[in-house]
Amino acid sequence: MNIPLGLRAGLLSILVLALFLGAWHLATRGTGVTQQMSPEYAKLMGLTATQGKSAMPGPVDVGIKLWEHLKRPFYDNGPNDKGLGIQLGYSIARVGLGYLLAVLVAVPLGFLIGMSPLMSRALDPFIQVLKPISPLAWMPLALYTIKDSGLSAIFVIFICSLWPMLINTAFGVAAVRKEWLNVARTLEVGAFRRAYTVILPAAAPTILTGMRISIGIAWLVIVAAEMLVGGTGIGYFVWNEWNNLSIVNVIIAILLIGLVGMLLDQVLARLTRMVTFPE
Amino acid sequence: MSTFDNPFDDKRSLNRAGCACGRHISQTDHDRDAGTQMQCVPVENEEKRYEGVVASAVMRQIFPQDVARRAFLKSVGASTALAALSQFFPLKTATEVFAQGGPIEKKDLKVGFIPITCATPIIMAKPMGFYEKHGLNVDVIKTAGWAVIRDKTINKEYDAAHMLSPMPLAISLGVGSNPIPYTVPAIENINGQAITLAMKHKDKRDPKSWKGFKFAVPFDFSMHNYLLRYYLAEHGLDPDQDVQIRAVPPPEMVANLRADNIDGFLGPDPMNQRAVYDGVGFIHMLSKEMWDGHPCCAFAASKEFITQTPNTYAALLKSIIDATAFAAKPENRKQIAAAIAPANYINQPEIVLEQILTGTYADGLGNVLTDAKRVDFDPFPWESFAIWIMTQMKRWGQIKGEVDYKAVAQQVYLATDTAKLMKEVGLTPPTTTTKSIVVMGKTFDPEKPADYVNSFAIKRT
Repeated sequence: MNIPLGLRAGLLSILVLALFLGAWHLATRGTGVTQQMSPEYAKLMGLTATQGKSAMPGPVDVGIKLWEHLKRPFYDNGPNDKGLGIQLGYSIARVGLGYLLAVLVAVPLGFLIGMSPLMSRALDPFIQVLKPISPLAWMPLALYTIKDSGLSAIFVIFICSLWPMLINTAFGVAAVRKEWLNVARTLEVGAFRRAYTVILPAAAPTILTGMRISIGIAWLVIVAAEMLVGGTGIGYFVWNEWNNLSIVNVIIAILLIGLVGMLLDQVLARLTRMVTFPE
Repeated sequence: MSTFDNPFDDKRSLNRAGCACGRHISQTDHDRDAGTQMQCVPVENEEKRYEGVVASAVMRQIFPQDVARRAFLKSVGASTALAALSQFFPLKTATEVFAQGGPIEKKDLKVGFIPITCATPIIMAKPMGFYEKHGLNVDVIKTAGWAVIRDKTINKEYDAAHMLSPMPLAISLGVGSNPIPYTVPAIENINGQAITLAMKHKDKRDPKSWKGFKFAVPFDFSMHNYLLRYYLAEHGLDPDQDVQIRAVPPPEMVANLRADNIDGFLGPDPMNQRAVYDGVGFIHMLSKEMWDGHPCCAFAASKEFITQTPNTYAALLKSIIDATAFAAKPENRKQIAAAIAPANYINQPEIVLEQILTGTYADGLGNVLTDAKRVDFDPFPWESFAIWIMTQMKRWGQIKGEVDYKAVAQQVYLATDTAKLMKEVGLTPPTTTTKSIVVMGKTFDPEKPADYVNSFAIKRT
């Protein structure tokens, strides 16, 4: 067989998708009329009750609805009903802001911790305790103290995406090869110049790996945070459609959350490749 | 004579001794009226309503002596008097000035709501233009849960909000949060809740067979919680030991019922009707059958908002009272269902909302039932409501120690304020602020709350 690996993998992916969609379609077919009811009564009931339509939508329903959303992604029907494009925009903006703040704090602090064994040991217990806290546990505290739900969401993104970056930066900085630092020392390079020209390029791949983990976490957190505070964003959209028990829209949102998460990850992966160097 | 009778009527009794409030010829008439609900005076349109109020005020100014006014009216007739009055007094302009009230301090407001039909007056006032009419630009913001709406209102992200009627009492008392003075200027809806059970229990209609059931209510501090507990206890079940009651946000109720996580819920509409619509549950009974006229949700504002921006508050409350009066009329209900069904507001199928609001509904067992008062709207925040709620908080151990029922009720449920504003928009408020209440056949006397708490066999005190 001379078919290249890429093509074979692609074909297999399509096959898996087709099997999945087929199974989904078969599993969610209706059961036909379930019970006899007077037409007057049936008029007041939903399709699930009258025609035995499955409560779980099939792939066709999702496809039709998805097309409707894609046709007008930026509609605005008031503060509680906006198009998917706008909702995603809000979510990405929140993630971007919280994440940027985390970068601004995590990278310098990570440098400090990595370069100073004293700081490293002194701050370690705090980092270890704060790192595993779930984003939703921060939410009530943030709402109560910051007194603004928009800022609270950004704060939660910040606090959750901070730790992987901080730890990776500290680790990357501490793991710079001793020889390079010794060479710098013999050349009498100052502390700031050493950090900037020797340590930063050497630690960059590790730092960016930390940033890549963080963006994934930030995107996970935003959906949960927006479901809680509401208003705008893709998390709010999921909540609002769940409210209406519209599983079709929830599935569409899940699909989009996955796609955007993948895109964000790819951007960081590309950046990581740019700073990686062969030793 | 009292402020709210018609000064253009020459047959009214001037004798103050007739009854306690002065509106009635005799004490018997007064008693007959006192117990009844507020009555909406049918007016052709809003303009007329204000005109009537303004004209009354002018008439009283010109003839401060009742006897002189009577003589004038008798000699020329009421309509001529009104015409004569408008000759030298610009009634139209005065009416406009009155309708606007004082200068509004803050035009752009945010009001939070939970997407349930209890919030109907707050929500519909937006698409149907009641806020605009009173010079406000209000955004109604959908909110995820009761705790969040409480925090966002306390944080002043919302100027006012839809809350469960016990919540402002709990916030003011500092139960479950720090004490912050909170108020209920208006009740939104009365009735409109139901006990919904999973389809598999359709033969277990006797509550005595519900031992071991898992129930959901929307919040610990909710009428739903107190009514369900009351109902179970009346049937000999201890709500803390024989069944499990958990707080579940309304949207999750139907999903949990389908997943068989709960056996039923006493929840707000549209969730009851939605469970029927999706074929996962049936309506066991309406909350109206337990206590006809019980309050459910409230329009709540902080004391600070009221004192700092009194004109804005008055305009907002007038919009809500206006909307509530509009929603109270059965002929408007279909139109309201269509206005609040879209995704921007309640986000439910229109047919579900229509069944709830018109009261002609499928019960989930194959019957179409009709009860026009399934949900009703009445803004008056009776202090007795607050006292009853506090007796239940006390009964189930949510508040400990002595409670000054009457004082808290007066501070939180602003019956007097509401009455004043109801008069301003031309409605007739009740003449008292307390009334006796009958819950499942047992009368509650708001004057004796402590005796009431002690009279229950099942309690946590």
